[in-house]
Amino acid sequence: MIAEIALALLWLAAALAVLQLGLGSYALTARGAEFLRAIRPIAVVQGLLVATAFALLIVLFLRTDLSVKLVAANSHSLKPIIYKVAGAWGNHEGSMLLWVTVMGLAGSFVALLERRLNERTMVATLAGQAFVSLGFYAFMLFSSNPFERLNPAPVEGNGLNPLLQDPGLAFHPPTLYIGYVGLSIAFSFAIGALVTRDVGPAFARAMRPWVMGAWIFLTLGITAGSWWAYYELGWGGWWFWDPVENASLMPWLAATALLHSVSVLATRNALKAWTVMLAVVAFSMSMVGTFLVRSGILTSVHAFAVDPERGSFILALLAIYIGGALALFGLRASTVTEGARFHLFSREGALVMNNVLLVGVLGIVLMGTLYPLVTEAFGTKVSVGPPYFNPVSAIFVFPMLIIMAAGPLMRWRSDNGRKLTNLMAAPALAAAAALALVVVFAGDINLLPLLGLVFAAGLAIASVLPLWKRNLRRTPAHIYGMVIAHLGIAVALAGMASESAFNTEKLVASEFGQSHKVGPWNIELQGVKPVAGANWTALEARLVARYGDSNVQTVLAPQSRMFSSPPTATNEAALLTRWNGQLYVVLGEEGEDGRWQLRLWWKPFVPLIWYGGLMIGLGGILALVGRTSRDRRRKDQPEFEPLAEPAEPTPAGGREALA
Amino acid sequence: MFVAAFMVPASAQDTLPPAPYAYKQLDDPAKEKSAQDLMMTLRCLTCQSQSIADSDAPMAGDMRHQVRQRIEAGEDPEAIRAWLIERYGDWVSYEPQVTAMTWPLFAAPIVLLLIAALLLRKRFGRARAAGDKS
Repeated sequence: MIAEIALALLWLAAALAVLQLGLGSYALTARGAEFLRAIRPIAVVQGLLVATAFALLIVLFLRTDLSVKLVAANSHSLKPIIYKVAGAWGNHEGSMLLWVTVMGLAGSFVALLERRLNERTMVATLAGQAFVSLGFYAFMLFSSNPFERLNPAPVEGNGLNPLLQDPGLAFHPPTLYIGYVGLSIAFSFAIGALVTRDVGPAFARAMRPWVMGAWIFLTLGITAGSWWAYYELGWGGWWFWDPVENASLMPWLAATALLHSVSVLATRNALKAWTVMLAVVAFSMSMVGTFLVRSGILTSVHAFAVDPERGSFILALLAIYIGGALALFGLRASTVTEGARFHLFSREGALVMNNVLLVGVLGIVLMGTLYPLVTEAFGTKVSVGPPYFNPVSAIFVFPMLIIMAAGPLMRWRSDNGRKLTNLMAAPALAAAAALALVVVFAGDINLLPLLGLVFAAGLAIASVLPLWKRNLRRTPAHIYGMVIAHLGIAVALAGMASESAFNTEKLVASEFGQSHKVGPWNIELQGVKPVAGANWTALEARLVARYGDSNVQTVLAPQSRMFSSPPTATNEAALLTRWNGQLYVVLGEEGEDGRWQLRLWWKPFVPLIWYGGLMIGLGGILALVGRTSRDRRRKDQPEFEPLAEPAEPTPAGGREALA
Repeated sequence: MFVAAFMVPASAQDTLPPAPYAYKQLDDPAKEKSAQDLMMTLRCLTCQSQSIADSDAPMAGDMRHQVRQRIEAGEDPEAIRAWLIERYGDWVSYEPQVTAMTWPLFAAPIVLLLIAALLLRKRFGRARAAGDKS
């Protein structure tokens, strides 16, 4: 019964979305103005209905109702509760429902909370949002119904891919989805503002929290995904340039550019067309990401479905949304003025250059991800991997890091460069010191990691310089947010460079009682015993690790696990984290001579990668909270701060300039 | 002998016990490093987007054994890559070669940089004139 009710709610929600689009569009015409007030309530109810349907799907998974096809295919009565819940979205149909749910709820929030935007733009935005949702409703209701019944019901379910049975991964897809959907809201705002010819600071302020929120979720989602790959796959790799990883990286790159450009539009009334364009690009990238992951066009851990019908459906949606948005942009481009002018050598100029470079990296990642699909269509299979992506994206990334270091220290509109030259001496010195240290102590390392370490040192210093000589108590939260996020980039970069420069690896076949040296560690294999969990059995090694000459012994227990349903073997690495790095140990198979294979790595400073990712996310949260409360307090003030004096730092909003 | 070297991996996949160098490093650290660097850029053909250096698949182990053995014998890493490409096709190497098929990959960064430069020039060529007046 639950499944039928949920399906009915889904149809009802889809019908409301039709109404939201139809009536919303009519309300924007001269005759329909009386309906303007009806659109917000419709959006709220639509969100609630679809959210209830999603909650019911989770209930079905919790009860392991095997008469529902989706539950039977993806769940198992013996699975731990958290994975029963996560199973609800760890598959194609469920994740589509999650997508429309998040989108519907976001629409409800916009409808309930956003009061500053012109009401007509608001209605156009909600209609645009309904337009995007409708594609997904149609997709679900016509070709991937999550509530389909199975008759007769099987006795037991199939279970969830054991690789995915991990707390990190249970919440990784929803995090990314929320990010994707946040970008779809930004897209709807851009559509709304284009329709009513209202691209300006008020629109940017309404859109900004959504862009920031989406960006925070994408940042954290990518960080979590990389951490998952690192410890779950058992080889210590943290980024593979896998198409599925790229699918989450591309929206992040676009969102990063959009985030900066929307801030310029909100405070400086500049970069109007560019911001709208980036909103379209960012959403396109999240659709491309969904297409790559959901269509089964790639065969990878994440791609659960191999079904061309789905792929073509998403591709059609992609074409309709993006084509439509670009056509609208083309029609209205002449009405979007360029906005306030500025000099190339200014804070805005630096932001624009970095935006362009970010889009450049995005172009490279897109090209490298899609190109193998193109050549495959012509009958040649090629692989594009790290040897392409690393150096080619570096062409764009390293100049970007320099501009990123300097940009926040520059004045709005135009900068004479004098103060900047003085301030940049400190980061330049730090970079030189790092270079000297690495060359003297580390000796022969590859160019990219070397550059990475040097730039990380420089950027770390430069990123805190915006706080120099400021009253730290009166510094607004979003400045701290920027500083922490930029510092996070430096920290993550240092981690990435160390990982590729300083790793030591040891592969051994070990007897009990035998000791092995990896980096500064001595590791002794003491025994191997069988252990069992709820739905797996495992062999667990007992390894004792000692650092250098220290007598402190730490026990590590890596496992090699066998899951029962579906039968799959996984490695559970054991990690030991010290301030200066991480010891990573994996238990392999037993050889014919009774010796056990061990894989041991000492990875200096590798956790910095994820600490950096967390800092970037935290910086985003601070900026979001700071900006939102600031915007709310100044609700009644003029939409943006006009310049007091040309070529002077502005007193408010854009106060980041050094005073 | 040369032919025999070509024959080994095909049969090794099923019949022989696991190749010794699949989970064993070379004694010479410099050779091991060049083997490692090469393995990181070779695709595990039976896995999903993993290099042979990051995979438990038997075939990846076999290929690691091949790479280490050939490096140990003093072969050049790029010669080993070429040999593997000849055997398995371009698919096996993560480092795309410049061919009639793949040149757009290498043109892309240059084209992107040019477009970026043109855009900035268009935007700021005019802006500078306006900025100078104020």
